[in-house]
Amino acid sequence: MLFFSYFKDLVGQEVTVELKNDLAIRGTLHSVDQYLNIKLENTRVVDQDKYPHMLSVRNCFIRGSVVRYVQLPPDGVDVDLLHDAARREARGG
Amino acid sequence: MSWAAPDDIFFSTSLAAYLDKKLLVLLRDGRKLMGLLRSFDQFANAVLEEAYERVIVGDLYCDIPLGLYIIRGENVVLIGELDVEKEELPAQMVQVSEAEIKRAQKAEKEEMLLKGTMRKRMEFLDLD
Repeated sequence: MLFFSYFKDLVGQEVTVELKNDLAIRGTLHSVDQYLNIKLENTRVVDQDKYPHMLSVRNCFIRGSVVRYVQLPPDGVDVDLLHDAARREARGG
Repeated sequence: MSWAAPDDIFFSTSLAAYLDKKLLVLLRDGRKLMGLLRSFDQFANAVLEEAYERVIVGDLYCDIPLGLYIIRGENVVLIGELDVEKEELPAQMVQVSEAEIKRAQKAEKEEMLLKGTMRKRMEFLDLD
């Protein structure tokens, strides 16, 4: 549940989601669910010329199982908070 | 199972906000299906009405009508909502017939195959 909570805190921020098929999409994080499915708004594809079919896609739903990376804004990570949360999770509480 | 309240669906990750809209569904094998979303579940299984596959080869494209499709969720990569005010494809792209796109697809596949075999034969040159 840690990363679910973590992603929920990132809602509203600009992120780049890289998929397992190498497609990379940048957009505003709209919402996440327990499968780490992601909804993005105001999306644009990083390599637009290679993916012409994505031209008119503004909002999208990405299935959690196909995500390889989520690139976050540098100030989007509170390392100490994440450390504490990870330890708490590891202790089972 | 509880249903999200009407206002809620726009803030949740559920596909409810996309119901009855024209969508692009990207599949794991690279296929691009388009159609109206009529139903879905938590696995992203989805029902598309008036579905068609959009085949793109270079600057050529073709829409192949499929009818009513149920897509198994595990094959879904992305479901995109199309902006009705934007052009769906770049202006230079040309719509061609199904026969023509099949031909173009075959030509592209053969070209890739040829590139692969040429590369293999040249491997002794240590290109990288």
